[in-house]
Amino acid sequence: MAYTEEEVLAGLAEIVAEESGQPASAVVPSASFTDDLDIDSLSMMTIITHAEDKFDVRIPDEDVKNLSTVGDAVAYIAKAQA
Amino acid sequence: MTPRTDVVVTGLGAFTSLGEDAPSTWQAALAGASGARTLENDWAETYGIPVNFAATVVGDVTERLTRPETKRMDPSAQYAVVAAREAWADAGTPEIDPERLGAVVSSGIGGIITTLDGWDTLRERGARRMLPTTVPMLMPNSPSAYISLDFNAQAGAHALVSACASGAEAIGYGVDMIRAGRADVVIAGGTEAVIHPMPIASFAASRTLSLRNDDPAAASRPYDVDRDGFVIGEGAAIVILESAEHAAARGARVYAKLAGVGLSADAYHITSPEPEGRGQIRAMRSALDDAGVTAREVVHVNAHATSTKVGDMIEARAIRHLFASEADHIALSATKSMTGHLLGGAGALETLFTVKAVADRKAPPTINVDNPDPELDVPLVRGTPADLPSGDVAAVNNSFGFGGHNVALVVTNV
Repeated sequence: MAYTEEEVLAGLAEIVAEESGQPASAVVPSASFTDDLDIDSLSMMTIITHAEDKFDVRIPDEDVKNLSTVGDAVAYIAKAQA
Repeated sequence: MTPRTDVVVTGLGAFTSLGEDAPSTWQAALAGASGARTLENDWAETYGIPVNFAATVVGDVTERLTRPETKRMDPSAQYAVVAAREAWADAGTPEIDPERLGAVVSSGIGGIITTLDGWDTLRERGARRMLPTTVPMLMPNSPSAYISLDFNAQAGAHALVSACASGAEAIGYGVDMIRAGRADVVIAGGTEAVIHPMPIASFAASRTLSLRNDDPAAASRPYDVDRDGFVIGEGAAIVILESAEHAAARGARVYAKLAGVGLSADAYHITSPEPEGRGQIRAMRSALDDAGVTAREVVHVNAHATSTKVGDMIEARAIRHLFASEADHIALSATKSMTGHLLGGAGALETLFTVKAVADRKAPPTINVDNPDPELDVPLVRGTPADLPSGDVAAVNNSFGFGGHNVALVVTNV
């Protein structure tokens, strides 16, 4: 069953909050992983691993570098599971 | 020649089966408490492990850490970081140039829970599900590295590994760093987290664990005739080592002096200690020489004594051999009777106890010694703590590890 973008955002916010220690409410579509959420590359790959598991999608490493904001990731995941 | 820098202990921290911090751990030890308890899981049944108890840490370490910290650190690093933060606060949060601050924190085994969890993930779910944090969590230098990060310690971050002597060796190395002029303050100690069926089954396979499943609190009984092996433990202990000049300049409270370090290797057998204790004697003798302390001044020994049939008496005979008639006035304590065996954390926790014993003039008791081994020829502190004499005194902490590693540390009063 596909997740809606809202569901992906909520699920991703939970993963990012766990990994970064930031409140889930800070994980908004406009937030930059590096600049706003202080996510380093190790954390980013951890988030991707959890997101792949949660949403049953595959996010190749070469695509991860294009996901600079939460919104980018939500859109990618929503599209990838379709 | 300039006189050698004295190294003093200015902070203590612990997270153990006896308490969530150093003061509660020390008080429980003086009270003769046992940290051994039945494991609330079905490992013994599921895997046929003959041991169903351990000296597990009290309290939930994750309550003392943030969520990201918990997720990024193996339990061995979590215990060490919590103990280090306590020790640092206890030392009065010293102001120090980061390049003059070192971290030497050992684990005997490393992040084995992470290693085994990672293997389970790989087998059950495949490589895509492996977490990128696996390697920095399983590496045995992880506790040292995280402490270096946490306190911005840039003089060097080290993790010496010598099985059950690791924690003491770490403290010895910290002393050397300060004496060599490479640091003014060193966060030093040891940690271990091995409460998982694989390491328990492995130690059981080596026939070194007590099988007293029906009475865990009575299982660790060094020097008792009915001892049947050690009790696996977990936890961490950290001491803040500081050059005496640095401590004096900032008006720090000083517990004791870490006066001597002695090291040797048996080169005899991978697990059995050399039967005559020659290596142990050499380690103790060089620690006394290093400290400039005579046998007569030593009033207390915190023994390695793990509660194994063979090991306990080899060490006791080595102490009698080295100290000769002076052993008559040694208060011998085997605190693993209470804490279980913290493996890589043991030497650090027992150094902490030795420092407190010298500072408070109290030797902690050895519990469960209902019938002392008739061969034991050194006065054992049994049941209740023993008062240590006033005046200038010295104490020795022994730590020995699989592989024939011997470490002795000498603590003196200030």
